[in-house]
Amino acid sequence: MSRIVSITLQNNDDARPIIEAIEKDNPEATVNIYPAMVKIDCEGRLIIKQETVEELLGREWDVQELHLSLVSIAGNVDEEDDYFELSWNV
Amino acid sequence: MSVASIGKYEFEPLDKVENFHGNQLTYFNWEQHLLFCAPVCLPLPPEMPFAALVQEVLPGVYNKHPDFQKINWDEVTWTLDQADFTPDMGKSLADNGLGHKSLLRFWTPGLDGIKGSHS
Amino acid sequence: MSGKRKSKLGIKQRYSMLTRGLGWDTTYQDMDKVFPYDNYEGIIIHDWDGWEDPFRLTMDAYWKFQSEKEKKLYAVIDSFAQNNGHLGITDARYVNALKLFLTGVSPLEYQAARGFTHVGRQFRGVGPRVACQMQAIDELRHVQTQIHSMSHYNKYFDGLHSAPHMHDRVWYLSVPKSFFDDARTAGPFEFLTSISFAFEYVLTNLLFVPFMSGAAFNGDMATVTFGFSAQSDEARHMTLGLEVIKFMLEQDERNIPIVQRWMDKWFWRGTRMLALVAMMMDYMLPKRVMSWREAWDIYFTEAGGALFADLARYGIKPPKYADIATKEAEHISHQAWHIFYNYTHAAAFHTWVPEKDELDWLSEKYPNTFDKYYRPRLEYLDKEEKAGRRFYNDTLPMLCQVCQIPMGFTDMDDPTTISFEVSEYNGDKYHTCSLGCRDIFDYEPAKYVQAWLPVHQIYQGNCGGAEVPDVLKWYNFNLGADNLEYNGSPDQKLWDEWQAHRKKA
Ligand SMILES: [Fe+2]
Ligand SMILES: [Fe+2]
Ligand SMILES: [Zn+2]
Repeated sequence: MSRIVSITLQNNDDARPIIEAIEKDNPEATVNIYPAMVKIDCEGRLIIKQETVEELLGREWDVQELHLSLVSIAGNVDEEDDYFELSWNV
Repeated sequence: MSVASIGKYEFEPLDKVENFHGNQLTYFNWEQHLLFCAPVCLPLPPEMPFAALVQEVLPGVYNKHPDFQKINWDEVTWTLDQADFTPDMGKSLADNGLGHKSLLRFWTPGLDGIKGSHS
Repeated sequence: MSGKRKSKLGIKQRYSMLTRGLGWDTTYQDMDKVFPYDNYEGIIIHDWDGWEDPFRLTMDAYWKFQSEKEKKLYAVIDSFAQNNGHLGITDARYVNALKLFLTGVSPLEYQAARGFTHVGRQFRGVGPRVACQMQAIDELRHVQTQIHSMSHYNKYFDGLHSAPHMHDRVWYLSVPKSFFDDARTAGPFEFLTSISFAFEYVLTNLLFVPFMSGAAFNGDMATVTFGFSAQSDEARHMTLGLEVIKFMLEQDERNIPIVQRWMDKWFWRGTRMLALVAMMMDYMLPKRVMSWREAWDIYFTEAGGALFADLARYGIKPPKYADIATKEAEHISHQAWHIFYNYTHAAAFHTWVPEKDELDWLSEKYPNTFDKYYRPRLEYLDKEEKAGRRFYNDTLPMLCQVCQIPMGFTDMDDPTTISFEVSEYNGDKYHTCSLGCRDIFDYEPAKYVQAWLPVHQIYQGNCGGAEVPDVLKWYNFNLGADNLEYNGSPDQKLWDEWQAHRKKA
């Protein structure tokens, strides 16, 4: 049984550094591109790190800014000051 | 099961037979002819003869289908409320056992719809 | 990291100040009297503080982000209107999907606002209460922005003028309406299971995500933008759905069978309602992103599979009849479209036979079913229409007592035979379209005997008159414009004129 967690983001300027950060911090992730949106799947667990997004963005980034680009998620959510994580219990 | 509720839970059904002005609801389905997307529903007087149903009601419902004219009514098989059924054409719907919200299905052997697609 | 940030409280602490910090146990009145609705459903809660808040938006952050979303959305809506964005869509047939959306789905956003306002008062736990109250505000935003976005289309196209009126009266709109009525008349825990979990967590991905992506593909920037703006809230709503399930399951073993039954029920009700979305995706988007079948595989089989594997540790099984629903994914869009094709003289949107390349696409996407069962009759219908004999079904259909859809779904073991189920209750017969709907009826017959079935209501004389035109007037339809076949419709005429102008220019 696959344990894929998934996040879908809008395909726009705000989301691009987030998508890039996800690719960097989750080398196993698969990026699927659809009209206007990007769906990223990853086995078991997927993390968005504030530090990585800030590096790519060149400014401070509040993890909750994610809300502006979020389309959908699958997985249990853990939201903290410096990361946002999706996971299924193994 | 009864409904979990904060008080007494008793309400009138909306479709009691007395709400239909002397008619009862009858559902029909011509099997394997899905050009008509679903069975149909008609309010009919229970005293209507079964023959009138076949000669007057069903053509109004189904005669747009090219197979309808080809039906040999002697070969048609019926079920009434999911049990095998042989209608008595001279008797009324009620005397044939049709009640409120009865379901009448009929099969027309040899006719299998648009290009054999059961439509 | 900046010093300014470090001096703040952490996100978890801030959120718990908002929720736990602002709640209290009443002393002048018994808590059971203050919150009389949160225990009659049989759900046992020992510790409301066991509630984990999945997202931790405090009010200041909530207002900040929501206002930013609104600003973005309204910038797009304005420029869409100013630049005649409706001219940029792929084809006017597409607008019919919006008509169904505005009359069928947007009013559900309002129903959701009402439902969450209610349960946001009724939970004694302050965590779920705050989450529900925020969601109620979100849902109100959704209905407002949807009406606002689509109002632009209402200037040019038919069928978009009376959505709330139609929602309360029109036969096919009783399908979504009764779905929400059923949820809102249940207790607060069942409401959250139905709407937050089954509808928003398990099924919204199927409802919104591929459809909105499809709207983008068809040049409808207004819809994509409101869709994604709503969806950004929806991601938060989905997690509320998952949390309420885990919370109930963790609190007491005796909750497990209740939760399982609700999941089974609401999964089935949801899949029935999604038949409408299935046909929107396969038939109403001139440019298609993915087939319904593909969306089902990605979002239900794959994502749902991982979800239910996760819930298995509580003893929860995948929803009953999920196997049937998966088989139906090969058929349901074609059967639903055919229902509307039959009765489009009584619908506030147009239907049509897909063009040849579109039929080819369907043949390719549905190799097991389309050519065998559906293509021959579509080609026949096309021929009839071109010969001036557009087929309409002149007799009102039999409806399922539970989902209220015309009984057009077939038996998956025998796909050319309609599936029939029946129950007896207090001497009357009640017909259902499937085992799933029958189970729902049989568990609470006293609830479903009250169903306001449009066909039966017409025959009782409660819908404006005995003749179809009287009923359609009662629906507030502009006859000859809102209803009937697309070919020859005023919508089509207008669109063709615009296209001709464009060619000249
Ligand atoms: Fe919503
Ligand atoms: Fe929602
Ligand atoms: Zn049903």
